[in-house]
Amino acid sequence: MSVTLVNYGLGNIQAFVNIYQRLNINVHIARTADQLMLAKRIILPGVGSFDWAMNCLNKSGMRACLDHVVKVNKIPIIGVCVGMQIMAQSSEEGHASGLGWFNARVKRLPVIATDRCLRLPHMGWNDVNALNKGLFVNIDNPRYYFLHSYYFAPDNSNCVLATADYHGSFPVAVGNENIFGVQFHPEKSHRWGIQLLKNFAEI
Amino acid sequence: MLMPRIIPCLLLSKGALVKTSRFSDPRYVGDPINAVKILNEKEVDELLILDIDATVEGREPNYNLIASLAKECRMPFCYGGGIKTADQMEQIISLGVEKVALGSAAVINPNLIAEGAFRVGSQSIVVVIDVKKDGLVNPYEIYTHNGRVNTGLDPIKFAKQASKLGAGEILVNSIDQDGIMSGYDYELAKCVSMAVDTPVTILGGAGSIADIENLIDVCGDVGAAAGSIFVFKGKFKAVLIQYLDVNEKALISARWILRNTLN
Repeated sequence: MSVTLVNYGLGNIQAFVNIYQRLNINVHIARTADQLMLAKRIILPGVGSFDWAMNCLNKSGMRACLDHVVKVNKIPIIGVCVGMQIMAQSSEEGHASGLGWFNARVKRLPVIATDRCLRLPHMGWNDVNALNKGLFVNIDNPRYYFLHSYYFAPDNSNCVLATADYHGSFPVAVGNENIFGVQFHPEKSHRWGIQLLKNFAEI
Repeated sequence: MLMPRIIPCLLLSKGALVKTSRFSDPRYVGDPINAVKILNEKEVDELLILDIDATVEGREPNYNLIASLAKECRMPFCYGGGIKTADQMEQIISLGVEKVALGSAAVINPNLIAEGAFRVGSQSIVVVIDVKKDGLVNPYEIYTHNGRVNTGLDPIKFAKQASKLGAGEILVNSIDQDGIMSGYDYELAKCVSMAVDTPVTILGGAGSIADIENLIDVCGDVGAAAGSIFVFKGKFKAVLIQYLDVNEKALISARWILRNTLN
């Protein structure tokens, strides 16, 4: 069992490495296409804006390889935060095109227009409503740390694995075949995140 | 439901942790890496670490120390102290830090906030405002350089400006209440909280869990940051790195849920 982190210039790589080392699960970091080709499970971390992330990924030299290993070789992959958002087609946050692995757009919160004070970014610990055990198996009362102003809005809700509520319910985990994404930061969510990352490694 | 954030704030001075009183008389409280290890075990919501000397000494942030702290830290981590450029922000984020806190530099040059937001995203930009009461011009005034320079600026106006420029979080630190453990400045907290629609965090004065509960009652969704109650214990302020225990956390959560369910 091993997990490979894509180091394309953003996201808290070290936090993931620490967790997998403590779980005694082999963890590698891919900085080149050659390294990525060897991956058995992939984590696409992310922090920052949609355009910045796509820009970094496109400049990394790994974009084409990533598309291939994920879409053709069907290697399991999980995108985290902006790493999940770039799996969509586009984002209201910017102008870049996403990876397009889901028929989805990334939209700005709130889900429902409200005149109540909505603070953005959605920042802090929130409960997650897991619709499907899979990634969330062995996790009681899942709760995770969120830090984002935009959310993943798929055309079809079949891919939604979990939701959270912040002035309206929205998807916070999605999955389709081998491709998964989570809006929150499992690498910074203590025991709930550790278990989810362990579940992903065992998928 | 999104919970209020309860945030230990650790102060760095010359590589060690200290605790101040009204921004003076720093008292040694321990090794920062060790403190982070303890707080990891307590499953702390998030951690704020501020280097209180960097700006005054005109030096770069201590990247090696930040990297070591980030490597150890299992919760969201915000670092502040001596940050003056977007390049520094990007470098610090790349070390594994979730947020950077801009203090003096942002007050002196507010455009730095927009530059930072563009470079690392608004969600990673915290603007810290150190404030004293009873100013000459305004009821509260912003100080820079670790409480040494009075800018005369109104923190409410500046908080609004910072928010518009792209700050993802506004952190207001009461110099008057710092370290005296007699409660937050609730009036200041409420004003700032109502002035902006970015997340707000209040620091300075917490002496007990009741103070945190009061802050949440007054402000609603807010970050309650504290130093003394998480590094000292008892009447004689023995040094002990700690956090809320499971029951204390559960009580605060229950009160919050009840309050929001009834409204």
